[in-house]
Amino acid sequence: MIVELGHFALILAACLALLQSIVPLYGASKNHAGLMAVGQSAAVAQFVLIALAFAVLVNAYVTSDFSVVNVVENNHSAKPMLYKITGVWSNHEGSMLLWVLILSLFGAAVALAGDNLPPGLRARVLAIQGMIGVGFLTFILFTSNPFLRVSPAPLDGQGMNPVLQDPGLAFHPPFLYLGYVGFSVTFSFAVAALIEGRVDAAWARWVRPWALAAWCALTIGIAMGSWWAYYTLGWGGWWFWDPVENASFMPWLVGTALLHSAIVVEKRDALKSWTILLAIITFSLSLVGTFLVRSGVLTSVHAFAVDPARGAFILVLLVLAIGGSLTLYAVRAPSMAGGGIFAPISREGALVLNNVLLTTAAATVFLGTLYPLFLDVVNGPKVSVGFPFFNRTFVPLMIPVALAVAAGPLLAWKRGDLRAALQRLWFAFFATLAVVLIGLYLAGFKPVLAILGLGLATWVGFGSLCEWAERVKLFRIPFGESWRRAIHLPRASYGMTIAHIGFAVSIAGIAASAFETERIELVHPGETLQVAGFNLLFKGTEKVPGPNYIADRATIEVRQNGATIAVLHPERRFFTLQQMTTGVTAIRSNFMADLYVALGDPDDKGGATLRAYWKPLVPWIWIGAVFMALGGLLSLSDRRWRVGVAARRRVPAAHPAPGE
Amino acid sequence: MTRKRKRLYIVLGGLALLGVATALVLSAFQDNLVFFYSPSDITAKNVPDGRSIRVGGLVEKNSVKRESDGVTLDFRISDGSQTVPVSYRGDVPDLFREGQGVVAEGKLNKGTFIASTVLAKHDENYMPPEVVDALKRSGHWQETGPKP
Repeated sequence: MIVELGHFALILAACLALLQSIVPLYGASKNHAGLMAVGQSAAVAQFVLIALAFAVLVNAYVTSDFSVVNVVENNHSAKPMLYKITGVWSNHEGSMLLWVLILSLFGAAVALAGDNLPPGLRARVLAIQGMIGVGFLTFILFTSNPFLRVSPAPLDGQGMNPVLQDPGLAFHPPFLYLGYVGFSVTFSFAVAALIEGRVDAAWARWVRPWALAAWCALTIGIAMGSWWAYYTLGWGGWWFWDPVENASFMPWLVGTALLHSAIVVEKRDALKSWTILLAIITFSLSLVGTFLVRSGVLTSVHAFAVDPARGAFILVLLVLAIGGSLTLYAVRAPSMAGGGIFAPISREGALVLNNVLLTTAAATVFLGTLYPLFLDVVNGPKVSVGFPFFNRTFVPLMIPVALAVAAGPLLAWKRGDLRAALQRLWFAFFATLAVVLIGLYLAGFKPVLAILGLGLATWVGFGSLCEWAERVKLFRIPFGESWRRAIHLPRASYGMTIAHIGFAVSIAGIAASAFETERIELVHPGETLQVAGFNLLFKGTEKVPGPNYIADRATIEVRQNGATIAVLHPERRFFTLQQMTTGVTAIRSNFMADLYVALGDPDDKGGATLRAYWKPLVPWIWIGAVFMALGGLLSLSDRRWRVGVAARRRVPAAHPAPGE
Repeated sequence: MTRKRKRLYIVLGGLALLGVATALVLSAFQDNLVFFYSPSDITAKNVPDGRSIRVGGLVEKNSVKRESDGVTLDFRISDGSQTVPVSYRGDVPDLFREGQGVVAEGKLNKGTFIASTVLAKHDENYMPPEVVDALKRSGHWQETGPKP
């Protein structure tokens, strides 16, 4: 009965979404306040209904209601409670429900927080959100319904893929979806602006917080996925250029470009139609990502089931959304001539460079991801594209981005002085030189590229600090005065500095992975394995029962200079239900380097294959991502975006110059 | 700086970058596409040593041996007609079994395939599509067997 309630709520939500996608649009064209207001109520009600449906599904999982097909296929009564709940989105149907839940959450947020929006724009934004909702709700109802019953109900479920039973992965999909789907708001704003034929600084000020919020969530989501791969898969890799990873990375790259170009629209009234295009492309890439992951054209942990109907349905949605928005763009964009003129060497110029490089990089990732699929479709040779391709296309494009990140913020708007900007970066320049020279001396010129990478990280990091020092006039005015300036700097400025430093930290972590060392050996109890100055004494394995698995747990004493500094317990867990084994690595991290141990196959004499890695700076990759997201959040908390402040500014902002 | 000049600069800059990106992609495609071969392909075509390729098929029955170092694994990948000897140092996936489908990535070295990664899927019934294709081409695909 409860389950049917959820199903019914979902159908009702789909009907409301249909209403929401038509009535406000008509209202806006007739300038009818009552009809436009329907959008708000419909968006909020749609969210409540989908939240109800989602709660019903969670309840079915928590109470192990095995009369529901979806619960039978993915749940088991012996599964720990955390994974019963996260199990809801560990499968295709449930994760699509989470997708629309987040979509409707953003719709409701626009409806509730958008009091300072012009009513016409809000109505149109909500209508576009409604259309996306209709597409995905019908997709769920017709091809991926999580509320289908089975009769007779089996006694117990089939459980969940053990690889997914992990706290890191449990929260990876919600964050990723917050990011993916969050860009639907910027997409809706872009399409609404195209319908209205008007983009101004106020528009950019409304759009940027949504783009920032989505970008922060996507950053965290991608970092979590990468971290999970690192500590679970057992060979210490953290990025595989796997199509599924690329699917989330492409919207991130273009979304990063969007964040930066929206600044130009807001401050300088330029790059308008480009920003609109970026907003459309970002969400389109999110949809492409959803298609790649959900349609089964790729085989991976993410492809739960291969059902051609689903792939075809998403493909149709994809064509409608992307085709429709780009057509509208082609018709309307030419009339949106930009305002501000700027020289190539200027802050706008630097942001354009950032945009062009990031989108080109996204395009190379796109090619590398889809080319094998394309060849497969035309019956060409079977190929795969891996590390070497991306190292030779993506990485060279990122180097100028990193070089420009330090100098860009020091350039003036409109017309900048590159030499003056570089002079202010003297400290970063010498720091970089020092790091490179010391690095080359210590490492004996071995991985030159990695040392140059560390130099690049130093340049970006210290460059960002120089920019901050410049703003507070550090050492040029009395310290107290600098302190006062530092306190009064806008949070958005700190957000930028922190995010750019995060970028530097990630670059350092990535570059330093060239210095890792690896040992794989068969060891027996009492034997040791040496890696990077650590002696790992293997003391044997023992059987340890878990809630739904039996683990072989190894005990390894880590010794350095004769003293025991840690005891590690890597495991191999055998899940009795699925007859599957998964590894659990043991990692000792001091935030500067990780000692990483994975337990491999046992032999018949009590021994086991051990894989041990020493990975310098590897945690910095994710610490950098956290910094980037924190920078974004800090920027988001800037008083500029606050609802009250924006409302007070509404009067001047609501009268943009007509006919621009 | 007139608007036209500005636009010209941007367009020229964009085109130059596009050119660089195209050159990068093309040169990377030239060398770095990893082609998939079945064991028959390897016997028939002259696949050069040292180039990254993927080989897929079934792990031949009674071919899996661990070398005395306890870490290196030797086995043969078969598509029913031909086999390729494979040497892999490291840990194989949990569903790596004799008679099961497998895809290995690595390089040929004097007739032996030195694998850097071995992929077998997490699902009992899963067969990598490349392997199905290779088996079909060699005429050893049984519809009753595991389906992709």
